[in-house]
Amino acid sequence: MALRITERSPGPVPDVDMVTRLGSLTLPSPVLTASGCAGAGRELAAFIDLTQIGAVVTKSVMQNPRSGRATPRMAETPSGMLNSIGLQGPGVEQFMEEDVPWLAERGARVIVSIAGNSVDEFARTAARVRRGGDAIVGMEVNISCPNVANRGLVFACDPGSASEVISAVRRAVGPLFPLFAKLSPDVTDIVAVAKSCIDAGATGLAMINTLLGMVIDTKTLRPKVAGLTGGLSGPAIRPVGVRAVWQVHAAMPQVPIVGMGGIVSGLDALEYVLAGASAVSIGTATFHDPSAALRIQGELRTVLAERGFTALTEAVGYGHRVIGQL
Amino acid sequence: MSANTQTPVQVRGEVISTRRVGDYYQMTIAAPGIAEQAKPGQFVALAVGGESTSMLLRRAFSIYSANERGVFGGTVEIVFAALGRGTRWLAQLQAHAPIDVVGPLGRPFPIPATPTSVLLIGGGYGSAPLFTLAELLRSRGCRVEMLLGASSAARLFGIVEGRRAANQIMIATEDGSMGQRGRVTDFLDAIVARAGIELIYACGPMGMLQAIAEFANLKSITAQCLVEEEMACGIGVCMTCVLPIRGSDGVIRMTRACTAGPSFDSGSVLWSEIGTIPADTYGAGGA
Repeated sequence: MALRITERSPGPVPDVDMVTRLGSLTLPSPVLTASGCAGAGRELAAFIDLTQIGAVVTKSVMQNPRSGRATPRMAETPSGMLNSIGLQGPGVEQFMEEDVPWLAERGARVIVSIAGNSVDEFARTAARVRRGGDAIVGMEVNISCPNVANRGLVFACDPGSASEVISAVRRAVGPLFPLFAKLSPDVTDIVAVAKSCIDAGATGLAMINTLLGMVIDTKTLRPKVAGLTGGLSGPAIRPVGVRAVWQVHAAMPQVPIVGMGGIVSGLDALEYVLAGASAVSIGTATFHDPSAALRIQGELRTVLAERGFTALTEAVGYGHRVIGQL
Repeated sequence: MSANTQTPVQVRGEVISTRRVGDYYQMTIAAPGIAEQAKPGQFVALAVGGESTSMLLRRAFSIYSANERGVFGGTVEIVFAALGRGTRWLAQLQAHAPIDVVGPLGRPFPIPATPTSVLLIGGGYGSAPLFTLAELLRSRGCRVEMLLGASSAARLFGIVEGRRAANQIMIATEDGSMGQRGRVTDFLDAIVARAGIELIYACGPMGMLQAIAEFANLKSITAQCLVEEEMACGIGVCMTCVLPIRGSDGVIRMTRACTAGPSFDSGSVLWSEIGTIPADTYGAGGA
């Protein structure tokens, strides 16, 4: 994976229409960053042209500045990592004054991820982001961060709580603004949560967030991360993400899905597209390879062309049609 | 939190050579575009495990030396102990093996504007970034003392290089197998008094850095400490390598070692509160 980075595909760029539509939002490419894995774009700009990917999804921002959790904040796991950052961030005011203008000046399309401790905080943060100008093309509502002290505040674990947050945010941003609910796989019935979010006004769904996990350090005999539990990400969770996207797409084929969880190559991205994702987000792979998003975008184009697709949209949910033909 | 004016690059590098030095490995990597920019105190982040690796996190290493015009183009050298899966993989790489390198990363060591009497302290292979620093400081007219310490002789790194790069060098081992018996901190007072030290640079384990920071504070000497914090990415996006730093505005922030460091003014680090969120940290209490 790492060693492909600086190689450019030798042949001509295959002719595949990569434009994607997520409800009213049209993006030139289906490959996005994943929130929490790309900061606000600044650091990655040294490695990739942010305007070349579909959009930059920024790290979930809250109403107020937040220190996050104590260290250690991470542990490497087989084909993955556990993180326990705890939503460290500058708060929405500083974010809107410093980070969004920086991205806007460079012409990047921005999807702002927001988080909150309460329905009201989500709504207020969303309203502030909504006034942020044309560079902001959409919003991700992170109702599923696992790194909060109170599991009862993981709104995405309950269809009723998820619905309340999404309804409030929808009211705050107006009826047309593209809004994506970020779902947790740590639920019994992800389709039920997805439906409640769509019924509450979400344009689409972003899935999956990390899985709640734990690593115990066998030298110190205690959990490796200071927050005790953390969010598991990386290729280890990819089958869980693909399954979740598949189930939701099967239940609601018209609902746009941004698929994510362990994508490190174009073929991984294709799995999500075949399961029903109209776009994909690149998360942990960026830690391994800072140019991952752009590389995977190129690889996805190639693997689509190799399979005879002339447009990305033809491949969205194609896996379901193949099953239907059996 | 000064912005890094350089641009880090990601290159497909190539292992030129690896050799054992005591308990450590010294690896030379052809990494065009990185060597040319590298300054003392910066680091590289390597991808480990090869093409289908299950190890996703980058490994960060101080740059021991950078050569712009080697036979193989620009090369950088790193020093590491093969203690984990990633570093064991690195240690077994043969010459010509490809390796993905990102760098140079982090803020270089700040350099005094006028000739100064400085002490460079390295614990174990933490000494790696000190030799290019010593050369730079001496080229600016500084007098450079070096103090290298480790638990035993096999865990010292860079004695020969230190003799060449510094005006004077002192060795300390805890078991007395080389140089003076004791810890580097046992000898600080004497060296500082004898050489009229005005500025200290230190790299090594956090406990050693904390002790040096306390000494520097007591003596009202400035110390720059290069911290070892676990990093997932090295480039500033993962937010794992943070530590509590008091800014020039007096505010404590959880600050990234990779972009604001890896060296910090010792007085700005809340050493005894590393591993916690100090109560008055900016944004604390929201969790």
